[in-house]
Amino acid sequence: MATVDTTTTYSPDSKPVNYLTQSHGFLSWAMTLDHKRIGVMYLVATSVAFLLGGTFAILLRTELWAPGHTIVSHDTYNQLFTLHGAVMVFLFIIPGIPAALGNFMLPIMLGAKDVAFPRLNLASFYFWCVGALFFLSALLLTGLDTGWTFYTPYSTTEYNTSKDEAIIAATMGVFVLGFSSIFTGLNFLVTIHTMRPPGMGWFHMPLFLWATYSTALIQVLATPVLAITVLLIIVERLMGIGIFNPVYGGDPVLYQHFFWFYSHPAVYIMILPAFGVISELISVNCHRHIFGYRFIAYSSVAIALLGFLVWGHHMFTSGQSKIASVVFSAITFSIAIPSAVKIFNWLATMYKASISFNAPFLYALSFMFLFTIGGLTGLFLSTLNTDVHLHDTYFVVAHFHYVMVGGSLTAFFGGLFHWWPKISGKMYSEFPAKVSAFLVFIGFNLTFFPQFVMGTRGMPRRYYNYLPEFQSFHQWSTIGAYVLGLGAIVAFATLVHSMFRGKKAPTNPWGGASLEWQCPSPPPLENFHEAPTVGDCYDYDRLRYDEKTEGYVMTK
Amino acid sequence: MSDHAVAETTDAHASHGHGHHEHGPFQAHHFETPKQQFDAGKFGMWLFLVQEVLFFSGLFVFYAIYRINHPEIFEWGHQALDTTYGAINTIVLLFSSLTMAWAVRCAQLGKKNGLVFFLVVTLACAGIFLGVKYVEYSAKFEHGYLWARYFNPTSDNPHVAEPPSISKEVDKVVEKVESDLGDHSAAAHDAHSAEGHHHGPVGPPPPNAGVFFSIYFTMTGLHAIHVIAGIVAITWILVRSVKGHFGPMYFGPVDYVGLYWHLVDLVWIYLFPMLYLIE
Repeated sequence: MATVDTTTTYSPDSKPVNYLTQSHGFLSWAMTLDHKRIGVMYLVATSVAFLLGGTFAILLRTELWAPGHTIVSHDTYNQLFTLHGAVMVFLFIIPGIPAALGNFMLPIMLGAKDVAFPRLNLASFYFWCVGALFFLSALLLTGLDTGWTFYTPYSTTEYNTSKDEAIIAATMGVFVLGFSSIFTGLNFLVTIHTMRPPGMGWFHMPLFLWATYSTALIQVLATPVLAITVLLIIVERLMGIGIFNPVYGGDPVLYQHFFWFYSHPAVYIMILPAFGVISELISVNCHRHIFGYRFIAYSSVAIALLGFLVWGHHMFTSGQSKIASVVFSAITFSIAIPSAVKIFNWLATMYKASISFNAPFLYALSFMFLFTIGGLTGLFLSTLNTDVHLHDTYFVVAHFHYVMVGGSLTAFFGGLFHWWPKISGKMYSEFPAKVSAFLVFIGFNLTFFPQFVMGTRGMPRRYYNYLPEFQSFHQWSTIGAYVLGLGAIVAFATLVHSMFRGKKAPTNPWGGASLEWQCPSPPPLENFHEAPTVGDCYDYDRLRYDEKTEGYVMTK
Repeated sequence: MSDHAVAETTDAHASHGHGHHEHGPFQAHHFETPKQQFDAGKFGMWLFLVQEVLFFSGLFVFYAIYRINHPEIFEWGHQALDTTYGAINTIVLLFSSLTMAWAVRCAQLGKKNGLVFFLVVTLACAGIFLGVKYVEYSAKFEHGYLWARYFNPTSDNPHVAEPPSISKEVDKVVEKVESDLGDHSAAAHDAHSAEGHHHGPVGPPPPNAGVFFSIYFTMTGLHAIHVIAGIVAITWILVRSVKGHFGPMYFGPVDYVGLYWHLVDLVWIYLFPMLYLIE
């Protein structure tokens, strides 16, 4: 690729044109095929979903301040936790990192101009929007209270026809969102397979791409099973086919198998991209070659594959056979190995490094701390006998929030701050960003650590009412949720503020060596004015700090 | 990159999405070579087919679990299906796969007339398939052989009205002898059905017999939806073929739609024995 001609790349006053200023108007965004704009639209949309789901969480926690009625009725409470879960899982965490940050970064990290199928990419985004509309209609029109898992027989009970619209709208939403996710995954797999530049072999890719690749694999292989499952729920409700209905000899537990065959791998759809982000954050901010590159890369793929074989650990108390439970328990333990491989390699990368303690790095540190707790408490739950005690208690709630929020959300924020200069072309102010990282960390632990204690003492999840002895734990948890919410607001406010007041970002503010730090901030439509040189994406010796631009430049 | 290529880029980005990624200029701006574009499209289609297989897998598990837990409803229910129609549809779909493959070959060789002809034949086969399916569905509706909640075999079917009795056992023996006399191939079933007498299930339905028809309608229904999607895709290819878009340098979309059509065919190859040819 030669230098792009000046007449198309530069406007008359010779100010560089980037993807944000390339064209204007609503349609130039709504109909764009540019992966960067689609990524930004995803970013805005998933952030709105996050704030919506977060609002539900705040209302839930406020309700639980005291036993019995506090602010909402028990029916409203059931709807709140259902929608909190469904919105957070399907609208925010699953598309959050892959579809927003991934869409923006993946082609740039490959030195490509776009993903393999730009139109499909845009279609994925609109599928997301349609799915979100279905969810919104379930929220506004009807009372959906099945929990985000839509467990049968409750979700298929025939005589309860008043719930038809709610459940059909929500499951239809899941169906459509599923295809959004499948097409994004398909697009990424094809892009990584066919569009790597000359000189970039599989083991020269940034680890974020390995993580995205593993995620995409799960998206394509697991999501269709969810799609057919929710379709069967819809058909069951509308027509009464009896698949999950004991009245016709059907099996409600079969639904759980189907559901978790997707939804357990989906947990790795949520966390694998976060691993990828953390690998980048740690290495770049330590200015040190990532330790154990191949191990981290393989561990992502191992997690993706093992993730398909553990769904039964959600069903230890669902009447599954003992043999099946033992096997699922054993395989579940084995997932701890590739996860630990990552943690130890990150620690080894940090050892004796000269670390830049900026906001993204603080988020990465907090990720390592929280994810480790989340992962280790997972071992308690994969142990059969302790799980019987802890099943469906707040211990489980705390465990998966440590992984999903402590893991994915902090990685999302960390990655967002890390790549924000590239996305927006503006530097955010470091101080409020660090404050947000601190608030999120404190607030998060305050919210969920008491829940571990409550859970071991027998507080069941999803309960509207509770015994007075749990009140102080619930109150700590509620205060924590407010602090966490404040942290998120500070983070978003910092980013929005930077768009108007931020300093112009240099090409490479942090000293990253992967390709995205070689294109201008923000990138032009074609991403690179001239073909980037593909080198070792973790070799930081090639970089030198340049006082004038306040960024790093390549020396060789 | 030349001015021309940049202009094409702008065009590619300005021309708005049609909901399908292969449409548009023959080489999309972000691919370096036509081969890269073809490989990307082909790999994408294979991944889509893998996704399709997993999408159907839920229903195959549905089938397997019921078959193991309640074999009696399969023994009873499959007799309501007309093997002749099933066999005709199998042949029609297999033939359409041949014509589709032939169409792909014509596209690769740049034979526009052949391409158009074979696509039309493929479309016609798809139409015949759906027509036969319509006749079959109508018969099921007429006799009340419906899914679980609406399963209500009509009383004008003498077999169903019968209470369990010796005569039922006799019927069963007769049936067994009949089937033992013929061999078990599809052709035998054809000949058997061709005698023209009514083929209803023998004996009263076992409990939850309707679930067999739940499985029948969900599996064949989802398959029929895929046939309809195939018709839409082939029509799109046909329109582009008439416009002369395809040739030795660019035949990707024909190839991809062909792959999809073979999968639709393949699913039916499984459905036919699983639903119609069981004993």
